[in-house]
Amino acid sequence: MKQKDLLIIGGGSAGLAAAVSAYDAGVRDILIVEKGPFLGGILNQCVHNGFGLHEFKEELTGPEFFSRLVDEVKERHIEYVLNSFVTDLTKDKVVSYTNREDGFVQVKAKAIIMSAGCYERNAGAIGIPGDRPAGVITAGQAQLYMNEYGYLVGKRVFILGSGDIGLIMARRMSLEGAKVLGVAELMPYSNGLNRNIVQCLEDYNIPLYLSHTVSRVYGKSHLEKIEISKVDDHMQPIPGTEMTFECDTLMLSIGLIPYNNLLNHIGLPTSRSRGAWVNEHMETKLDGLFSCGNVLHVHDLADNVVEEAKVAGKAAAQYLDGKLPRHEELIKVEPGDGVGYTVPCEIDLANAEAVVPIKFRVRKPSKDVYLEFKFNGETIRRIYKQTIIPSEMEITPLKKELFTSNTGLLTVSLVQKEAK
Amino acid sequence: MEKEYDLICIMCPNGCRLHVDKDLNVTGNKCLRGVNYGKAEVTHPTRIVTSTVKIDSHELAVCPVKTKDPIPKEKIFDIMAEINKISLKCPVHIGDVVIQNVCGTGSDIVATREILQ
Repeated sequence: MKQKDLLIIGGGSAGLAAAVSAYDAGVRDILIVEKGPFLGGILNQCVHNGFGLHEFKEELTGPEFFSRLVDEVKERHIEYVLNSFVTDLTKDKVVSYTNREDGFVQVKAKAIIMSAGCYERNAGAIGIPGDRPAGVITAGQAQLYMNEYGYLVGKRVFILGSGDIGLIMARRMSLEGAKVLGVAELMPYSNGLNRNIVQCLEDYNIPLYLSHTVSRVYGKSHLEKIEISKVDDHMQPIPGTEMTFECDTLMLSIGLIPYNNLLNHIGLPTSRSRGAWVNEHMETKLDGLFSCGNVLHVHDLADNVVEEAKVAGKAAAQYLDGKLPRHEELIKVEPGDGVGYTVPCEIDLANAEAVVPIKFRVRKPSKDVYLEFKFNGETIRRIYKQTIIPSEMEITPLKKELFTSNTGLLTVSLVQKEAK
Repeated sequence: MEKEYDLICIMCPNGCRLHVDKDLNVTGNKCLRGVNYGKAEVTHPTRIVTSTVKIDSHELAVCPVKTKDPIPKEKIFDIMAEINKISLKCPVHIGDVVIQNVCGTGSDIVATREILQ
């Protein structure tokens, strides 16, 4: 069996950044295992711009962004394999993968970084009533066809869900000559970044139907038309509000789910983000197994993925040096009122850096609120927010000295500001 | 300007909520880019266009490209027509100019990915 100090599952933004950061912290024996034919992960198909402002201080497209990370990996001669699918991971850190050249390979790793990204919720997950014709496709899949294979998947398109990929694809397909008829969003607010509503929908006069869903799909072999309806407070279609659109494509942009199956399989605890339960060093409950990027929680910005992955890479190096001991005294982190999940789920204060970033998402758009951080019942930080929305991840740095003890409970809640 | 505007800044994913008054004063921005965007958006809006161009590679059917600089919004579809007329031969490197001064905008179309074969 091959041996490696550090094995990284996934060669996208997270895996590449983690590899570089581990290398720079002294790890030399690294292997990145990438499923696809290229390093760079999902950014291969994200040809739009808006990446890198934080990480590289300039606005880049997806390919330009990942190319810089790939250059950093290649400069360091970090080993990687492509077209290699990880089939198994065990509690004693044996990783199995397969590819055409090497067949079935097993590697015993001293440390592992899980950075496999996320997958799209698809039509099966929401069970739209009606026929099951061809022409119903997830937005990311349509993006792959368009931007790597050069195929426009349809000419008259309707989009369900206002996630960012759907919005980006609304613009992309409009540019390539398709007619995008509209976007229906179940919630009363958009799930995409505000900038994408402006530059992807408003720029192209594409209507956004909030509190609407697709209530029926029609088509014998290929999609012919869809029906949308307004929904009530319980998200149920309201009879009498139907509108129909003749279209050949229904594109779904209805959410991303961490691809955390390998860790679920060995019974590692998960957080409410559906990724692994991790501490401030991105270490899971299994010693030496780290998780970062969209497999941990779905990010809106690749720049934030890179930052998180650097923490994981450096932590893996510390672990390999024997400098990341586990302590019994731990601070538990839990989402309170109005907050969906937190990363991390646990803080080992004895190991923590001077500042611990707490990442989370709120459950619904709110105005005039405080983000309230309570430690063992006492408010240790309070931040006023004029507006806050679920589609933008919040990152709040907490100074280590704010914690008066190594044990206890930290909660993050949304508190409405009282009217004067 | 005759009226005031409430805009969402598109310069980065922060999406700052900008207010532009009649004298073109911009508020609500977190950085200088927001000031420039706010002023431009109410006077002469511009965009970066990103797309793909056919390439003779055996790894990828198309090569991603972009306008090197922001171009006037009303020229977007003219520029797309030009982009869709051309095809590329390998090798291509990031920053290679594939169309010069596209549609007289002063901006070049450049490749955003290295494709060697």
